[in-house]
Amino acid sequence: MFLAQRRLCSLESRAKFLKTIYSSKILGLPTSAKMSLKITNAKRIEGLDSNVWIEFTKLAADPSVVNLGQGLPDISPPVYVKEELSKIAAIDSLNQYTRGFGHPSLVKALSCLYEKIYQKQINPNKEILVTVGAYGSLFNTIQGLIDEGDEVIVIVPFYDCYESMVRMAGATPVFIPLRPKPVDGKKWSSSDWTLDPQELASKFNSKTKAIILNTPHNPIGKVYTKEELQVIADLCIKYDTLCISDEVYEWLVYTGNKHVKIATFPGMWERTITIGSAGKTFSVTGWKLGWSIGPNHLIKHLQTVQQNTVYTCATPLQEALAQAFWIDIKRMDDPECYFNSLPKELEVKRDRMIHLLESLGLKPIVPDGGYFIIADVSSLDADLSDMKDSNEPYDYKFVKWMTKNKKLSAIPVSAFCNTETKLQFEKFVRFCFIKKDSTLDAAEEIIKGWNRQKS
Amino acid sequence: MAKRVQARRLDGIDHDPWVEFVKMASEFDAVNLGQGFPDFPPPDFAVEAFQHALSSDFMLNQYTRAFVIIIEPFFDCYEPMTLMAGGHPVFVTLKPGPTRDGELDSSSNWQLDPTELASKFTSHTKALILNTPNNPVGKVFSKAELELVASLCQQHDVICIADEVYQWLVYDGYQHVSIASLPGMWERTLTIGSAGKTFSATGWKVGWVLGPDSLMKHLRTVHQNSIYHCPTQGQVAVAQSFEHEQLHFGQPSSYFAQFPQAMQRTRDQMICSLQSVGLKPVVPQGSYFFMTDISDFKSKMPDLPGDVDEPYDRRFIKWMIKTKGLVAIPVSTFYSVPHRKIFDHYVRFCFVKDESTLQAMDEKLQKWKKELRP
Repeated sequence: MFLAQRRLCSLESRAKFLKTIYSSKILGLPTSAKMSLKITNAKRIEGLDSNVWIEFTKLAADPSVVNLGQGLPDISPPVYVKEELSKIAAIDSLNQYTRGFGHPSLVKALSCLYEKIYQKQINPNKEILVTVGAYGSLFNTIQGLIDEGDEVIVIVPFYDCYESMVRMAGATPVFIPLRPKPVDGKKWSSSDWTLDPQELASKFNSKTKAIILNTPHNPIGKVYTKEELQVIADLCIKYDTLCISDEVYEWLVYTGNKHVKIATFPGMWERTITIGSAGKTFSVTGWKLGWSIGPNHLIKHLQTVQQNTVYTCATPLQEALAQAFWIDIKRMDDPECYFNSLPKELEVKRDRMIHLLESLGLKPIVPDGGYFIIADVSSLDADLSDMKDSNEPYDYKFVKWMTKNKKLSAIPVSAFCNTETKLQFEKFVRFCFIKKDSTLDAAEEIIKGWNRQKS
Repeated sequence: MAKRVQARRLDGIDHDPWVEFVKMASEFDAVNLGQGFPDFPPPDFAVEAFQHALSSDFMLNQYTRAFVIIIEPFFDCYEPMTLMAGGHPVFVTLKPGPTRDGELDSSSNWQLDPTELASKFTSHTKALILNTPNNPVGKVFSKAELELVASLCQQHDVICIADEVYQWLVYDGYQHVSIASLPGMWERTLTIGSAGKTFSATGWKVGWVLGPDSLMKHLRTVHQNSIYHCPTQGQVAVAQSFEHEQLHFGQPSSYFAQFPQAMQRTRDQMICSLQSVGLKPVVPQGSYFFMTDISDFKSKMPDLPGDVDEPYDRRFIKWMIKTKGLVAIPVSTFYSVPHRKIFDHYVRFCFVKDESTLQAMDEKLQKWKKELRP
C-alpha cells in the first residue's frame, strides 16, 4: 500500500506540470469573492459526499500501520497475469480504443467461462458488458434500471456504495438486516447470520424495483445457500422484481461451502444482473475491470449508460485479462488453476487470522467466503475516553484508536449500515486477510504485544 | 418482466452513431478514416513508461481515488449526457463565413454569432460546453472569441465545461488558449484533458479534469459513487510520460512539438489527396480531424440509397464505404436532430494515421479518380 502511495505521488508532478502551463497565462487577478448562488451541485449527489474509504485509507496510509482495513490484496498477483500485461503493452493496436461494451477477446473468454458455470449459452456481445471495475457495473445497472421513486431492497450490512448509488438514482433504499443466531457450542459462523423470510417478504411491494444481493457477502463472509436464495428468488418472481447480484468474491469460498448463482434458478435469468470483478478474481484490484452478465433486454440498458459515460474500458488491461482467463479456463479442474489455488491459500490465512483474533479474547465470525472477518471488539474495553465528545459510532472510534495506539487498522462495520441499523453493528470491526505472510506476521506481533499489555 | 425495466433517464439516448460505422468498416474491409484514434503507436517513452509501470512494483496492480448550451457541431456524447442528467440542451451553431473563390475554407472561418450566442443565455442556463480545439470542425477558438464566451458566462453566472482534449494538436502557428486562464473564469470552469489524445494512447482511458475545489468536490462525489478509481498502471504511465515531457517542454525535442508538426504534414497530405476526387476540405487549425464539403456530390448524385429521412451525408458515407472503400463520419451526427437536414453536406476525416494508412487511402483515391473520368 505504501509503495503504491509513493508511486502515486509522482502524479503530483503532473499536477505541477500543468500548473506551469496555466500560471504563465493566469493574469494574476484574484478569484472572485462573489458567492455564486447558481453554481451549486446537482441534487442527485446531495448528502453523498462522505466516504468511509477515503477517511480510513488516509488514516492507514501511515507506513508504520499494519493495514487490515481496505480490501486490498498485498499478495502478488499470479505471475502469468502480470506477464500477459507486459507483453500486451508493446502491441501497438492494443494501446488504442477497443469495442465499447467489452474487448472482443475478453467477452469471448468470459462467455466461455461462464457458460460452463451457468450451463447455458451466453452471448458475449449481448449478454456481457465489461465495466470499470465491479463498481462500474453497479453504477451502470443502477443508473440504467433504477428510476426516481423506485424502491430497492438492500441487505444490511451492505457494501457501502449500494446505498449511495441507489440514492444518486433518486430511488429509496429499503433496508433489511442479516440477523445472528449463534448456535451454542459451535464457533460463530457467517452462516449463522440469516434473513428472516417473513421480514424479507414484508419489504417487497409494488414499488420494489430491485433487490441487491451480495454473495459471498462483504463484510460478514456469508455464502447464501440454495434454500436462502430460493426464498429471495420466489419473492422476486412474485413481485416482478430485478435482482442485482454482486458476486465479486465468487471464487473465494472455503471448505464445506459452494457458491450458488441466483441467476441459474428457474425464472431468474431474465430478471438478474450478475456482477463479477477481475480485481477480486486475479488479485489485481488496480486493473479496475468488472463485468455484468444478464439477459440482453437488461444488459442493453447498462450498455446505454456505458456509451454515455466512460464509453470503453482500457484496452491493454482487457486483453491481458482475456489471456489470463484462457490460461485458467483450460485447467479448471487443476489445483494450479488460480480459481482453485487462491481460495486454498486464503483459507489458511483465514484460519490464522481467526486464531489471532481469538487469542485477543475476541469471538470472530468465521466467514464461509470472501476475504474479510468481522469480530465484536467491545470485550477489549479499549480506552476511547479522549474521543467521548465525538458522536461517531463505537467502531469508528475503536478503529481510530487501534490505528493510532496499536498501529493496526481495520474498517468499522457500521460503515456498512444505514443510520438506523448502525447501533446494531457498532461493536463490530472488519479485518481483511488477503495479506502476505509478513503482513500477518506483523499483525501477530501487534496482537501478542496487545495481549501482554492486557495481562 | 412485465413492467418497464429501464430508467427514464435513458429515454432517447440509446442510439449510438459509432457502432454502425465501425461495423461497416470491418464488413467492407474499408480504410478507416472514420473513428478518431491514431493507428500508430504512442511515443516510445510513453510505451516504456507503461511497461515500467507494469513491471516495477507489483503493488501497482492494486488500488491507488437546467439548461446547457452546446455549440454545434458538437462531439456527440454532449447531448445524451446532458439529457441523462435531466438537463436541457440548447444549441448554438458555428456558421461558416463566405470563402473566396479558389481558396479552401478554414476552421477559423466558422464562427459564433455574438448576438445569437447571447440570446441563448437565460436565468436557467447552468452550463456551457466549449470544445477547443473543436471536433469535428478543427476550430481553435481565439482569445477574443473566448473572451466573448467568458463574459457571457460571468454575466449569467454559468459554469463552463471546457473539453480541451486536443490542446496539444494545434497547427499553422495558432495558439491554444484555455478559457480557465481568463480573468474571472477559473472559479467557474472545469477543464478536461485526455491522455489518449495527448500521448496517442486512446486505449489507456485516462483523462482528467482541472478546476476549483468548490466544483471539483462534486465531481469527486460522483466519482466515488460510480467507478471510484481509474486503473493504477495507466495513471502511473501517464505521470511518468508527463515527467519525461517536462524535461523537454518548449524544445524541438518535445513530443508536444514533434507530434503536431508531423500531424500537420499528414493533414496537408490528406487534404491534397482528397481534393483530387472533388472533396472540398475545411482546413483545421487543430484536432485530429477535418471536414470536407460534399455539396458537389449532393447536387450530382442526390438520390443515394438510404432510409427515408436519412441525412444525405450518412447515405454518402455508406456509399463511399461500399463503393470506394474509405470510411469517414457524417457530420450531421454532430448536430442536434432538427439541424441534421441543414448540415448534411459535410463528412469528417481523421488524419492522425500512419503512413501505411495514407498509402492505402491514396490507392483507393486513385481508383476513385479513374472512375470520375468520363
